[in-house]
Amino acid sequence: MRSVTAFAAAILSLLVICGVARADEAKQGGILRIYHRDSPGSASIHEEATYSVNVPFMPVFNNLVIYKQDVAQNSLDTIVPDLAESWAWSADKKALTFKLRQGVKWHDGQPFTAADVKCTFDMVMGKSPQRFRKNPRKSWYDEVVDVTTNGDYEASFNLKRPQPALLALLASGYTPIYPCHVSPAEMRTHPIGTGPFKFVEFKANESIKLTRNPDYWKKGLPHLDGIEFTIIPNRSTAILAFVAGKFDLTFPTEVSIPLLKDVKTQAPNAVCVVAPNNVSTNIIVNSSNPPFDNLDIRRALALALDRKAFISIMFEGQGDIGGAMLPAPAGLWAMPQEMLEQIPGYGPDINANREAARKLMEKAGYGADKHLAVKVSTRNIPVYRDPAVILIDQLKSIYVDAELDVVETANWFSKVARKDYALGLNLTGNAVDDPDQSFYENFSCNSERNYTNYCNKDIEKMFDEQSQETDLDKRKKLVWEIDKKLQEDVARPIIFYGRTGTCWQPYVKGVTVMVNSSYNGYRYEDVWLDK
Amino acid sequence: VFAYIVRRLALMLVTLVGISIVIFFLLRIVPGNIVDILFAAAGYVDPADKANLQRELGIDQPLVLQYLHWIIGLLHGDLGYSYVSEKPALDEILPRIPITARLAALALLFSASVGIPLGVISAVYQGSRLDYFLRVVSLSGLSLPSFWLGLLILMASVSLFGSIPIFNPNPQTFGEMFSTYVLPSIAVGFRSSALTMRITRSSMLEVLRQDYIRTARAKGASEASVNFQHALKNAILPVITVIGIEAAFLIGGLIVTETVFNIPGVARYLVEAIRWRDYPIVQNLVMFIALIVVLANFTVDMLYAVFDPRIRYTD
Repeated sequence: MRSVTAFAAAILSLLVICGVARADEAKQGGILRIYHRDSPGSASIHEEATYSVNVPFMPVFNNLVIYKQDVAQNSLDTIVPDLAESWAWSADKKALTFKLRQGVKWHDGQPFTAADVKCTFDMVMGKSPQRFRKNPRKSWYDEVVDVTTNGDYEASFNLKRPQPALLALLASGYTPIYPCHVSPAEMRTHPIGTGPFKFVEFKANESIKLTRNPDYWKKGLPHLDGIEFTIIPNRSTAILAFVAGKFDLTFPTEVSIPLLKDVKTQAPNAVCVVAPNNVSTNIIVNSSNPPFDNLDIRRALALALDRKAFISIMFEGQGDIGGAMLPAPAGLWAMPQEMLEQIPGYGPDINANREAARKLMEKAGYGADKHLAVKVSTRNIPVYRDPAVILIDQLKSIYVDAELDVVETANWFSKVARKDYALGLNLTGNAVDDPDQSFYENFSCNSERNYTNYCNKDIEKMFDEQSQETDLDKRKKLVWEIDKKLQEDVARPIIFYGRTGTCWQPYVKGVTVMVNSSYNGYRYEDVWLDK
Repeated sequence: VFAYIVRRLALMLVTLVGISIVIFFLLRIVPGNIVDILFAAAGYVDPADKANLQRELGIDQPLVLQYLHWIIGLLHGDLGYSYVSEKPALDEILPRIPITARLAALALLFSASVGIPLGVISAVYQGSRLDYFLRVVSLSGLSLPSFWLGLLILMASVSLFGSIPIFNPNPQTFGEMFSTYVLPSIAVGFRSSALTMRITRSSMLEVLRQDYIRTARAKGASEASVNFQHALKNAILPVITVIGIEAAFLIGGLIVTETVFNIPGVARYLVEAIRWRDYPIVQNLVMFIALIVVLANFTVDMLYAVFDPRIRYTD
């Protein structure tokens, strides 16, 4: 409880810091230097599923609507107009109409119109002759029948049924508007947007450069002359370079808690913020095959977890325990603590949980003299491998002898898709703190990202029910029920949500680290350098 | 002499063809390809999209056809396109070559200019404190991994000077140029300088015991003349061999050093390309490296012939 209070205080102070920064007179000019953790696969946000692309390329674009960039917690209340001047729901809540801004130009001088909005979403929904190579968020718009235009400055999303969360999805950093006249292939290598910064160059494994858009439709913005990202995959080198003053900002949410200590020691003036990133570390269980087709064994697995141990070992206590939705106070949809603790495996008495787990294992035919041998598959990356090792250790307490099976990234997804695993340790990042994104993407029967093939038609009906609910309080209660049921079904046991750090030099102003998504806060038009 | 060179050139050609076959098929044996990786990064797979992309990249064709396509392109100077950046492979590779070449040349220069004189000194003063000290230095050079040495250099630089010598694409001053290339080249060349020193020492010790050295001394030649003109000239052959081999193996050290010092050279790019299974980049880069290695060996063979005229007749 104390850590929750401290965390809430940290969020408040962060908001105060941001407010103070804005109270100052913003200075124009300067290049913001950021190191980038890896070389993005392409520059096309719509075709990628990593914030390695959002961070450098979100400043190139605008959305229809966007989460307010100086508010740390994304919610429906913090959504503001972007390329849309306003929006309105129809009376039956099945159409969302946007009035678009006039006089906006693409970076190549072409005018922005409603046709660009239609083009973008036709491509995302797979209805356009122009196709993306990859289209990872097509399922976000499953309820959208089509996007229609009315003249050059009005676009409507027509839905199969009400979906209040559509606005939340449209406000994500993953939902920029693309120009009709530029092909997807060009957008991968030379993106054209309407945003505050123009693309200059992207040298793979080297750097990404953006320059100020002098014709940006928000007068007086951006404050910076440009942004330069230097790609430094080696974390030690990157942190040393930040400490030595070569960079103004670390790659967002990429400084681990132990590294944060180093930064604070070596660069005491640096401003560092630790925040949740809405990435859950979870277990994927292959329930199609023995032994995990047995619900008792799956439940025993969930009961064996000592979540606090994971958090103290990996994050020095800086993590959160929750269900499918990000825990409070950062998360908007987390079930209350007392409800969470009722779920098997979430109670505070670990020994009692494990005793119950052993009974379930004995019921399934295992015991002290007959252990269950399994492999825990995971990607060969420290953030995956480290918790997998802890998991293996914890499973020993319930007669499970697990062995680590590390899989190269190139083979990980195909292995999971083939169901060629028994147990896996996985990380799931949620771009939008909204149940529609999390539930449909990870737990819906036909979702391509439902790695475990968990399929419960009753729950699926509840997904639709909550998705259509316009009363926020009622929707929250439905979401809690669904989340509880998902954990009880051991659909994809959530172990923990980590927190990570972002640091910047004291002269960098206007940076806000978002606390319930790592995908939405990189427009950088308000950032300025006080030097 | 002509026949000797032709024989060597023919062997080079056969080696390169062999390498092209090995690298092409080895790459295809490794599980996963660019399409798997692209979809893994997106966290989903759509079979239709996957098939489209495989067709677009030409990796759905039979392997033999793909190989022939690559080789014919290579002979016409068309290296294909990078799967990841979608830019011509040549445009991706060419700008990186001078960076790595400078680094490798400086590392070899460091290795030879430090290793050979210290090896000679160590041999001449065999058994002295100086000899023991130099042997400890050379042993440490062989034992310290270059990534560790690189990180130490970076940390020392930040701690002592408050600055970090990571890559600067446009160095303005000599200091910037120095920190850009010299420190990384020391990190990568330290190991091979240690090896060069040890080989020079042992080779010199063997030569210094020869009768003709005693004769040279008896004739009243100066110590410097005996050591460098008479002894070193004859002891240098194994050293040249080692430097040639080291030039070939340098790429391993460069991968690590380019990563630690964040130098956008060929070696680091190769690792990234392998990670993405970016076949056109990997194939062409490996062929390029193979060409360098084969040329280095060819040069060593030629130098052998220059230093020891008997070789060209007996080979």
